[in-house]
Amino acid sequence: MRMTRVAATAAAAVLALTMAACGSDDGSGTGTGTGSGSGNTATGVVGKASSGSLKIGVKADQPGLGLQTGTAYEGFDIEIAKIIAKGLGLQESGIQYVTTVSANREPYIQQGTVDLVIATYTINDERKTKVNFGGPYFIAGQDLLVPSASTITAPEQLAGKKVCSVTGSTPAKRIQENYKDAKLQLFDSYSKCITALAGNQVDAVTTDDIILAGYASQSQYAGKFKVVGKPFSEEPYGIGLKKDDKAGCDKINEILKAAATDGSYKAAWDKTLGASGTAAPELDTSKLTNCA
Amino acid sequence: MSGNPVLYDHPGPRARIRNLALTVVFGLLILAVLYWVYRKFDEKGQFAAILWEPFLKAATWNNFIIPGIEGTLKAAATAMVFALAFGLIFSVGRLSEHRWISVPAGIVVEFFRAVPLLLMIFFISYGVPFLIQKPVPPFWSVVIGLTLYNGSVLAEAFRAGVYSVPRGQSEAAYAVGMRKSLVMRHILVPQAARAMLPVIVSQLVVLLKDTALGYIVSYPELLQLGVNVLSANYGNVVAAAIVVAVIYIIVNFALTSLANYLDRRSQRRGIRPRAIDPGAAMGGGGAAAGA
Amino acid sequence: MPVFSDPANFDMYVSGFMWILKMTGASAVLALVLGVLLAAMRVSPVPVLRWFGAAWVNIFRNTPLTLIIFFCYFGLYATLSISLSDDIDLNNFWLGVIGLSVYTAAFVCEALRSGINTVPAGQAEAARAIGLTFSQTLRIVVLPQAARAVIAPLGSVLIALCKNTTIVGTIGLLEASNIMKQLINDNGDQVILIFLVFAGTFAAVLIPVGYLFGWLANRLAVKR
Repeated sequence: MRMTRVAATAAAAVLALTMAACGSDDGSGTGTGTGSGSGNTATGVVGKASSGSLKIGVKADQPGLGLQTGTAYEGFDIEIAKIIAKGLGLQESGIQYVTTVSANREPYIQQGTVDLVIATYTINDERKTKVNFGGPYFIAGQDLLVPSASTITAPEQLAGKKVCSVTGSTPAKRIQENYKDAKLQLFDSYSKCITALAGNQVDAVTTDDIILAGYASQSQYAGKFKVVGKPFSEEPYGIGLKKDDKAGCDKINEILKAAATDGSYKAAWDKTLGASGTAAPELDTSKLTNCA
Repeated sequence: MSGNPVLYDHPGPRARIRNLALTVVFGLLILAVLYWVYRKFDEKGQFAAILWEPFLKAATWNNFIIPGIEGTLKAAATAMVFALAFGLIFSVGRLSEHRWISVPAGIVVEFFRAVPLLLMIFFISYGVPFLIQKPVPPFWSVVIGLTLYNGSVLAEAFRAGVYSVPRGQSEAAYAVGMRKSLVMRHILVPQAARAMLPVIVSQLVVLLKDTALGYIVSYPELLQLGVNVLSANYGNVVAAAIVVAVIYIIVNFALTSLANYLDRRSQRRGIRPRAIDPGAAMGGGGAAAGA
Repeated sequence: MPVFSDPANFDMYVSGFMWILKMTGASAVLALVLGVLLAAMRVSPVPVLRWFGAAWVNIFRNTPLTLIIFFCYFGLYATLSISLSDDIDLNNFWLGVIGLSVYTAAFVCEALRSGINTVPAGQAEAARAIGLTFSQTLRIVVLPQAARAVIAPLGSVLIALCKNTTIVGTIGLLEASNIMKQLINDNGDQVILIFLVFAGTFAAVLIPVGYLFGWLANRLAVKR
């Protein structure tokens, strides 16, 4: 008799399982959301925005730029996202933030997981073959973060020094290729690099200056670090969207142009990275992409 | 030989003094090391209030740690169900008399057992979308990766379990006219599942721990939210890692204890088949250490 | 194989797996030694040793390896200032080996303990009857028999260890998983091929090892 009961339990489990599987399929189906049937225009950012919601990919672990603080996100990228959403006629509540990491930004755009990516996203030719870019809304550059007392003032002085960056990132690759004498320590997040810098296990952390400034301005590290301030690359931050969405890209550039003059760009800076005392940069509208 | 005292006599007066001496020496040694670790952490300022204060605030728990635990448990629970189903199906497949079923099932199981989970999850998240032209959400990357690996391990555990059922059981079943599928369903699998219960539960502990690899695809589980995102907010990565490690230990210890309880219970009630060879069972299961 | 025809990429592939092999080798030896000691502690007559063994197993077996490796860098190296080499890669390598060893030792210990349980009580009783001490009983009578029973489980532990070495990549060692990520980043069009080569290399090495241990376990099994 006991055997039968076990078999029945197993059958019930299998049944529950298949039901769970069905339920999950439905879930992921709505997630990709292309089958809503509102035609081709709905796949563009402008169309998506007019339907009342927009999924924007942002970073979750970069203070000052894109930082998840519980259920909310904050930072310069987030403020830019709000400006874009407002320009598209979207309520702030219509923005749905999606955490992205560097490696999944292109796939997320290509496959429609997100509509826009605003996540310290450098415009370059290789990425342009896969996605379209609005912006740039900020020109960053690779720089070094060192302890306040450090004598390092340029990447050439890194020979024999330990420098930390993130596995597989462009800054890490640049150090490997151009500054071979530096000893590279790699982690999976900049937070760990900063902790290692605070403990003197590494002599410098390298990535885009604006990201470094974000970390340096955190209260626990107040006065401990300085950004060297001599960027040795140019990283124009763009807003990523689908390759064929020229209309959306043009619209985004229009919004950025307006933001440069009406003070909202400056306000976005002052509210976030400006807190560290750096004056707001100019948004150079002559550099905006042609969306081709 | 479950009672350890079999290995040594009841201590006489000399042995008792020797044991006491060992206790004192070794105990002091441990305390000394612990004190040294404490001092070093203190020296480096790891006990500074600013690093630990966030854990006194409800917001830290509500925003990061509790959602992290939820993420971990959700992925683990889903993957457990799928892994058990996967294991059941593929163990039966591998035991099939039809070579066109047993050989492919064997290849699948052997392959997924041999590939590091880190590589699997990474591939599912970044490679599979190219194949299916659709994104794989982080949750499913983690769940599918965990299912394939742990399911394969469980398949081997079930198979070893079926072998451990005395042959008389299936012979008797065939003798009363049951067909192969019926024998499998009603006689072999239920007994095998019981025999393998401890192995299964300890594999589930491995699975729960392995959800920690979800952070590589930014799935919001305990390690991602509780260590990476939390420390980006408060700059206290070491303190956060200590807190999260304690949570993992408590949760997994509870599950391990359950495994031990089930083990003892099945032994006491004698429902475990007699002819079980623990070597074969664990060897097939490979449940000992996970990724 | 366009990706791997580039000698630079091929060298990266080889160096990635060399790290995996070295870590597996070093950690396997260390974990085995530690594991045997822990198992001896767990069955010893001294309570504090038993307690220590149990605590070790419960702590390290229940913590994700990712966190243990993390603590090796930020605990052992950063905070306790235990530096094992001046070379950044070698230092991370040895920190990784320590993490893998303390973690794997917990599993070795548990495998051995269940192996000890398979040795019939009469064996140890007879050993005591002829006047052997605890350590003699363990070394001469019980462990040799237990060792044969745990060959298969230890094989599984070894295979798991080899796969676990990929996690040391989180503290920056450029082992196979990091190399795979890097190659995938640089060659987005050949993701499937890259994965199959890396996964296939693991499978090609580990599946035969699994069968070898199965065969050994059968050959050396104590016939009762």
